[in-house]
Amino acid sequence: MNSDQLLVLSPIISLSLTALILMIQASIKRDHRIAWWISTLGLLTTLLSIYSASNFSQDVGPLLKVDAWGLWFSALLIFCALITLALSRDIFHTQADTKEEYYLLLILSTLGAVVLVQAAHTASLLLGMELMGIALYAMIAFPKSGDLPLEAAVKYLVLSACASAMLLFGFALLYGATGDLSFAGMGAKAASGYLNNPLLVLAGAAIVLAGMGFKLSLVPFHMWTPDVYQGAPTAVTTFLATLSKGAMFVAMVRLILDGQLYRYESLMNALSVVAVASMLVGNWLALRQQQIKRLIAYSSTAHFGYLLVAIIALPHLGDTQQLGRAAISFYLVAYIVTTLAALTVIANVGGEEDSDMQAFDGLFWRHPAQAITLAVAMLSFAGIPLTAGFMGKFYLITLTLNAQLWLLLGTLMIGSAIAIYYYLRVIFTMSAEPHQLNKGSPTVLGWRNPVALLLMLAVLAIGSWPQPLIDLIGRL
Amino acid sequence: MVMLNLLLILLAGGFLALLCERIDKSLPRIVALAVIIAALIYLITSISGLSALNALQASTPSDPSSWFMHFKTPWIPAFGIHIELALDGISLLMILLTLLLGAVAVSASWTDIQYRQGVFEANLLWTLAGVLGVFMALDLFLFFLFWEIMLIPMYFMIAIWGHENRGYAAMKFFIFTQASGLLMLVAILALVAVNREVTGVYTFSYFDLLQTKMDETTAYWLMLGFFISFVVKLPGFPFHTWLPDAHTQAPTAGSVILAGILLKTGAYGLIRFAVPLFPDASMHFAPVAMLLGIVGIIYGAIAALSQTDFKRLVAYSSVSHMGFILLGVYAWNTLALQGAIMQMIAHGFSTAALFMIAGALQERLHTRDMREMGGLWQQMPRMGAVAMFFIIAALGLPGLGNFVAEFLILLGVFQINEWMAVAGAMGLITGAVYSLILMQRSFQGQPNTHSDKLPLADFGPREMLTMSLMMIALIALGLYPQPILDVSQTALGGLLDSTALGITQ
Repeated sequence: MNSDQLLVLSPIISLSLTALILMIQASIKRDHRIAWWISTLGLLTTLLSIYSASNFSQDVGPLLKVDAWGLWFSALLIFCALITLALSRDIFHTQADTKEEYYLLLILSTLGAVVLVQAAHTASLLLGMELMGIALYAMIAFPKSGDLPLEAAVKYLVLSACASAMLLFGFALLYGATGDLSFAGMGAKAASGYLNNPLLVLAGAAIVLAGMGFKLSLVPFHMWTPDVYQGAPTAVTTFLATLSKGAMFVAMVRLILDGQLYRYESLMNALSVVAVASMLVGNWLALRQQQIKRLIAYSSTAHFGYLLVAIIALPHLGDTQQLGRAAISFYLVAYIVTTLAALTVIANVGGEEDSDMQAFDGLFWRHPAQAITLAVAMLSFAGIPLTAGFMGKFYLITLTLNAQLWLLLGTLMIGSAIAIYYYLRVIFTMSAEPHQLNKGSPTVLGWRNPVALLLMLAVLAIGSWPQPLIDLIGRL
Repeated sequence: MVMLNLLLILLAGGFLALLCERIDKSLPRIVALAVIIAALIYLITSISGLSALNALQASTPSDPSSWFMHFKTPWIPAFGIHIELALDGISLLMILLTLLLGAVAVSASWTDIQYRQGVFEANLLWTLAGVLGVFMALDLFLFFLFWEIMLIPMYFMIAIWGHENRGYAAMKFFIFTQASGLLMLVAILALVAVNREVTGVYTFSYFDLLQTKMDETTAYWLMLGFFISFVVKLPGFPFHTWLPDAHTQAPTAGSVILAGILLKTGAYGLIRFAVPLFPDASMHFAPVAMLLGIVGIIYGAIAALSQTDFKRLVAYSSVSHMGFILLGVYAWNTLALQGAIMQMIAHGFSTAALFMIAGALQERLHTRDMREMGGLWQQMPRMGAVAMFFIIAALGLPGLGNFVAEFLILLGVFQINEWMAVAGAMGLITGAVYSLILMQRSFQGQPNTHSDKLPLADFGPREMLTMSLMMIALIALGLYPQPILDVSQTALGGLLDSTALGITQ
């Protein structure tokens, strides 16, 4: 291993070091504030190291593939972790005992996510996924009060364990057919493996994708999502909704592209069914939710359904492959930034547990800045122009048109049309007269206000002046 | 730049209105009015120097330099998206109408809106900015952006300041237009993709896309995408169901904007985009569209007959009047198109005035139910006379703008298909019936006990000033429409030359 390779791996090393320092700190002086600062500085250092790593292109062995795509998403994930940190600062403020283990878990989970987006091998994929997941179970269950967090954590634990088991089994089948465990190796040998033993390849790939579908809460693996979103502390929900799902999706794209799974038509057809079901069911179930976190949970199912369309379109694109990758990247960025904005406001206004719609009554008159941020986020989810979500949808529709996938295009439109209703309902609630309960003096948000505003500006900037981001993504 | 500045004036004016609420509660409406008048003056001074306009030089759709104004600057180069604004005779008339009715709307909100007037006026100005953008944008991406964005402030105007059932109405309004907007978005992107296959570049510019060659089925589907989106907004039968709810529940100023301006964006879209972009498909589709127009005329009139709610009746009458526009646009000859544009302007004024009267009645009686009215003329002679004027204008009395418009449309349609013209003319009769019913039930007849009790305030100077402005406009349109026809002819001539549908019997 030479020094260039070390530099390329520096983001992962930097995160690991941060985790170590946090452990040492806990053994010297247990302090909430210090742990927070160490984590923040650790994440910022990691961002810097990602920037320096992007100047090298080095082969780092069979397990990881450090390319521009992976590094860009690593940076995005670190950004999510930073926002989560900002939101977490006040969570355990009221509780007497110190809670600095939380930050250790957060850093470990982020480390898992970064490994996941750079994984080029089934072993590193599993390693990253488990590291990310196991830390997350504990984070969900962290609040001592109430049963909901515990219920959510157990639910997530049991279903994730199932998903991991399925992944392992699927990998075993793929290994049986191809004799290789790295994505690229599998892809190269898949064609001949398929000739000898088609069922093994298809079954293996399908089970792997199902396992990933659990983590992405695609229909029919979406049942856990609303309960976990609702039960977890909002900061952790933010973390789960952006970092964990984003990393998993990137890994899935890598597996499908490098593993050349897109060659199998029956597999792609099965994915189309999952995409259609996710778009319809996700949007449909979101219609009647009274809890805004549950609403976001179901809407995330729909959005990952939209994203799946981009993957399915890839093999149909011919000379516009680049457009497909750009569409996936753009939509993912738009979705993550929008979700961060929405959940930041929900954390700020609803507090850690209460995310009932009623808490948002008349928000426009009580907290204009927060309300406008949430409104912008909802419009971005719905895909209204000048927001990031619209440009994402613009990419997706262009892509689907190029690939001529009419069924998926139709479902995408029906899904989006249904979605307008529930996103608008949130905005309507905020514009109503404040409810009796909310008439008192507004909570002081202090420094949490600028975090929300920053995210809102990001959503608007990506939507109204997308050229820089398009250029950046085009270079990946 | 003039066009961009116009948008910026309204946008910035909105923020100004929002902020100055903190200084004084009655300041926002004054600011809003000042901003609109400033925009109007700015527009008039900058167009008065245009030689193309003074010489009534025809503008052709293929050549942007022949238009009155043209502005183009890159925005998202990766997809060939530009900020492209242009002005021809049609857009100029529509912009003038928008600003004039914007001022009327501010007047309508003067005392009507008590709750957070600053936010209201800001939303009003932003809606106007969005509508102006729709009328000027000639990059299809930009057009779609304005098309969608103008709904958001309008949504808030209905959802926050509307009447008893505002939530439902605002939601329905937004979902109808958004869902149909999705169709248009797909159609735009597909059109761009088809054009890219031929030329190899992404472009969203209207002037480039006009020449797109495509096979018949594709053209038909894409044309339908545009058509549905525009007809929902128009609204034409059978996509009109959002309109009665939205108009009835909106505050007065909102109804004025909705009926006076927003509906016209649908008609404008048909004339500017749906037909010229897909001439062949439109030719095949024209009989269906005209039939929908006729059904709209008759259905709207019949539905209006059975209403007891003052505003709902006026709303249904709009469906009927918009049917004339649909009929005229798809007849696609000079007379019918002139009539359609005239109808857009005349209907804008007459309906805006009727909604203001409805709003004034509601402010005084706290009801819109005509069964609770009756004999109001005795209490409020000025309002009664004004109402009489606008009601006979709406039913198409010769000498007023609406007559010229409907007459031209029917004349144009008659050249294409006599029976369609006859069926359309039926709308004039039913129109007379529901209009007179409206007058009789509310202002004439025995005074209702309800209205007996209160001493009702008649129209004050502000209301009379607003109303007389619209009266003058309608009389001018009716007696001397030539200037308007000249201006719209500059655009229509080129449009008809380049997209001859060749509809004959």
